Amino acid sequence: MITRVVLVVTALLAAGCHGNQNVFNPAGPAAREIANVGWFMFAVCGVVYALVLMALAWALLRRRDASDAAPPTERRLTQTVVAAVGVTVIILLVFMVSAVVAGRGLTSPRGPGAITVDVVGHQWWWEFQYRDVTPSDFATSPNELHIPVGVPIHLKAISRDVNHSFWVPNLHGKRDLIPGQVTNFWIQADAPGTYRGQCAEFCGHQHANMAFVVVAEPMDKFQAWIQHQRQVAQEPRTDEEKRGQQVFLQTTCVMCHTIRGTSAASRVGPELTHVASRLTLAAGAIPNTRGHLAGWVVNSQSVKPGNRMPPNPLASDDAQAVVTYLRTLR
Amino acid sequence: MRGVLCWRAAMVLGIAAYVAACEREVRPFQTLPVASARSQHVTMSPLHPGDAPPPSTGQNSPFRENAWGISEGKRLYNYYNCVGCHSNGGGGMGPPLMDDRWIYGHEAANIFQTIVEGRPNGMPSFRNKIPDQQVWMIVAYVQSMSGNARYDALPGRSDHMRYSTPENARRAQVPKQTGPR
Repeated sequence: MITRVVLVVTALLAAGCHGNQNVFNPAGPAAREIANVGWFMFAVCGVVYALVLMALAWALLRRRDASDAAPPTERRLTQTVVAAVGVTVIILLVFMVSAVVAGRGLTSPRGPGAITVDVVGHQWWWEFQYRDVTPSDFATSPNELHIPVGVPIHLKAISRDVNHSFWVPNLHGKRDLIPGQVTNFWIQADAPGTYRGQCAEFCGHQHANMAFVVVAEPMDKFQAWIQHQRQVAQEPRTDEEKRGQQVFLQTTCVMCHTIRGTSAASRVGPELTHVASRLTLAAGAIPNTRGHLAGWVVNSQSVKPGNRMPPNPLASDDAQAVVTYLRTLR
Repeated sequence: MRGVLCWRAAMVLGIAAYVAACEREVRPFQTLPVASARSQHVTMSPLHPGDAPPPSTGQNSPFRENAWGISEGKRLYNYYNCVGCHSNGGGGMGPPLMDDRWIYGHEAANIFQTIVEGRPNGMPSFRNKIPDQQVWMIVAYVQSMSGNARYDALPGRSDHMRYSTPENARRAQVPKQTGPR
């Protein structure tokens, strides 16, 4: 029994040290600073804890002899307490200095910044806007932040409604998004990969389903991606796709969503110009497949109750056509 | 003994108060029935032959007494750009909504009709563009702007920086039918 418990605990501890969305598996300089401070504090506190337990064991187990007959002098007790307090104060000071030094490392980037991305928090999804000197080269990527590997990325984060918090544990600590204020910070990924992020400040009904992914890729792949995202949506080809576009533009969809290249231009909901190219739907709540998309379009409230998208009682043919059309928007 | 009785009575009263407050906060995320609660036909003109006016439909918004529905209506009022013409109730390009004057009727069914069908001289038709459930939310909010909703369900603040008198601090207006301008 005890062996089994030890095995399970060891497995859990080992699993805690790698994997996605994990503070102890840093993939960038900022997260590494934070992890280093964490490990340093863990080590020092571990040693202190072990020393305290050893002192306790010594006090309980030591053999009593004649000298115990006389009570300990007040003076000796005071000396011990003062020494313990002094050591504690020094340790806390060292902790404070190491935290401040790590914090300084987080505020300024190492090397020139490559790109700036605007992060906008919404109830309950994320919007990543890639600005450019040419307005027609703006690109928007809901719930998916693509970044090139090995260069600092400047993030300017704001919120459209309530407080949110941007947290990709593998890349950086939590950074709050506050309405009416811009939060500036830097992230950098040193290895290509997909890192999961999550809102870390309670923001309402679907706070738990407000996730996103950071896709870090080599510069050339990133450039290809951003070039593609800047293009307008693909024109419908087949009759069903054309009908789907018509349904989209004539019904409720057009009131909230943008598809660049069509007359749909509302900024209320996530942009759908390249919706089929994304990994997830509904801010990481469901995978991006045809079935999930159809369920989401018709009754998103059964997937993510309370989200801002209303149920859309479309006729069956119309719903299928819209889904077919949206699946072509790569 | 009397103390115990008092305590029990207080508990019963407390529970009753909580239960009574439930309806105010109900959030029917998944209910579609309101979608089928289409507006009935309403009378468009204040003129009629004879003394007696045509009967009122008496149809109310399902969100009239629901604080969540009214605040959702307030959000949608911005989302769908009602604010673009009617401003935050004071009016601009379109008529004001927080006063006591109603050109096309103050009843819920009239307001529903106005939103879904549009009106002459500029009010667009939102037919098929806003789900009926959300139209009823906007209707409840529009009624609340002039204080015509349950008092404790009225919004107490706005979600933006600019100050405006919250709906529950405004004086309730008695609706007056004015007819087309």
